[in-house]
Amino acid sequence: MTQDFWGQATAFLYAAVLACVPLLYGTLGEILTQKAGNINLGVEGMMYLGAIAGFLAGYRTDSAMLTVLAGFLAGAGGALIYAFLTVSLKANQNVSGLTLTVFGMGVANFLGEKAKLNAPVGTAFMSERLKALLSPVGIGGLDGLPVIGPLLFRHSVLTYLAVLASVAMALYLRRSRLGLNLRAVGENPAAADAMGVPVSKYKYAHILVGGGLCGLGGVYISMVTCLGNWQPNIVAGQGWIAMALVIFAAWKPLRAAAGSLVFGALSVLRLYVPKDVVDIPAALFTMLPFIVTCLVLVVSSVRLRRENQQPAGCGVNYFREER
Amino acid sequence: MFKPLLSAPHVVQRGEVKPAAAWAYRAFAVLIALAAGGVFLASLGYNPFRVYASMLMGALGTPGMQRETVKLTIPLAMASLGVLLAFKMRFWNIGAEGQFALGAVAASYFANFQPQLPPALLISLMAASAVVLAGLWGLVPAWFKTRFGTNETLFTLMLNYIVLYIITYLREGPWRDPAGGFAATPRFPRQARLPELHFPSIGNVHIGLIVMLLAVVLVYLYLRYTKQGYEIAVVGQNERTARYAGMPVKRIVLRTMFLSAGICGLAGMMQVAGPDRQLTDAVAGGRGFTAVSVVWLARLSPLGSLAVAFLFSVMQKGCSMMQTEFRIPASMSDILQGIVLFFVLGAEFFLQYSIRRRREVPA
Repeated sequence: MTQDFWGQATAFLYAAVLACVPLLYGTLGEILTQKAGNINLGVEGMMYLGAIAGFLAGYRTDSAMLTVLAGFLAGAGGALIYAFLTVSLKANQNVSGLTLTVFGMGVANFLGEKAKLNAPVGTAFMSERLKALLSPVGIGGLDGLPVIGPLLFRHSVLTYLAVLASVAMALYLRRSRLGLNLRAVGENPAAADAMGVPVSKYKYAHILVGGGLCGLGGVYISMVTCLGNWQPNIVAGQGWIAMALVIFAAWKPLRAAAGSLVFGALSVLRLYVPKDVVDIPAALFTMLPFIVTCLVLVVSSVRLRRENQQPAGCGVNYFREER
Repeated sequence: MFKPLLSAPHVVQRGEVKPAAAWAYRAFAVLIALAAGGVFLASLGYNPFRVYASMLMGALGTPGMQRETVKLTIPLAMASLGVLLAFKMRFWNIGAEGQFALGAVAASYFANFQPQLPPALLISLMAASAVVLAGLWGLVPAWFKTRFGTNETLFTLMLNYIVLYIITYLREGPWRDPAGGFAATPRFPRQARLPELHFPSIGNVHIGLIVMLLAVVLVYLYLRYTKQGYEIAVVGQNERTARYAGMPVKRIVLRTMFLSAGICGLAGMMQVAGPDRQLTDAVAGGRGFTAVSVVWLARLSPLGSLAVAFLFSVMQKGCSMMQTEFRIPASMSDILQGIVLFFVLGAEFFLQYSIRRRREVPA
């Protein structure tokens, strides 16, 4: 019984880690974007773009490197449209981002379906070799350790990259000159401008890298979560959960890692709760992350803390002449 | 010292552009966007002219197709009206999708469980319950917004998914049709369907068409000529001004969100009791999100929303034709919608600003 319980608990935690990676990428990407003073509601769309680009690149080139790169570039490409509209052309951020989501979803579903229509036989696209390169692998036999072995040392390259990205971003934002300037741009672009920080350049650079990170989340979804099999509506709202996780994480990259683990756990909970303990219909379990997100939104707005707020310049386009 | 005679390009605000010129300009942006879509199609090896022609034919070629396009316009225009009210107030109601679906849920309850009621009463109850339930659902994020400043964009968005899974739950569980082979809700009894009217040119369309057209006019009048409409505009322009003027801002926000969500709910009721006749997961089918684009393209104008909703319906219906004729996936409709909006969003810049190269006076 206890043996079985621990086995189940470990399996559950492991599944949570598997599920949390795309959420973490999306959250990190959006944190970086919002730190530059822009809210990009296109996370979902950029994840779609990354998912399809990674999928197609993997199918065509059979190279893990190019798969990941294509996903990053596709996400960044989507972000470029958004950045051009909001930074250079001062278009409304909410609508630009939402449009990016519709567009990205359309492009991904379109190209995915076309790839299927054009496929010679069936839908088995990806070579086993490529799938193996991106799927979870044990590191140097360390994954043989009991309990922590698989939890810590048997993951996809993309998972380790996500963890690395969180740590790097935390250091970048808190400890570097560039990070300090970026925060100034997000909080008060006019003051940053007066300090001599090139506001538009900062916005472009960080919105683009943020989009690239979202794209990596998409690559993970199509290559790892779905094992290289394309399916319509593949991202299924994970980008939106990431948007909410930004608030949950209070714009802090390390908290984002912890937060996505919690939400990853929520999304796989259904498979690990024995029917005889809690018998809730499947649909209600699927709803859980979204309900918790609402609660998070409410709680974080009720407990207002100065340091846990959205960057003050968020949502307002900066126009020097209006200073 | 020497200074360069020409400085870097420099953006300045432009004076008011005449509305007619502005609309012509936006229409031009839409044309450019369609051209860009054509380039995309050409890059995939299609002849864009033939594809667009088949799209137009597919949407408007025969009376039957026109009827289908009109039927697509009804829920989209109606949901857009709902979204419009909230947007006018700068309240980002991205939850139209869920409010729409919840209206359909409320209507389905009466249709499936109270079919013995007199038909007129049944239909009225379906409509009223859809408005009230969706309206209350919309009040939740509005209340938290006014009380704690909770981010309404994300809140309304999350509520969409919750409604989606409520429908899945009902379909798989308590509302499952025991007679059906797979998990689906029962089809509506005849008396719970919206009556149809005969139109000489396009044939039978459910009365939702009349309700929608009426709603366009009413929302126009409401925003333009009533005190409440004025209050919405002021809160949207500047909440602080509204407060200084002594307007009960919280009450205005709550009232408007109830109306906004209620209209979306009514749209959902009309969809489920009109063409669908059965509650499915896909009842809203992305219309709530498309409505956001519609309203923005129409610059928050009710009549404009109707026009844009029609345009989008032509695209959607036309794209399903493209799918059968050219094997172009129907998601092309989303791509086109995105491109059109990108171009119009970008074009707006040139209506508000102009780029100058300023001549510096040498010191």
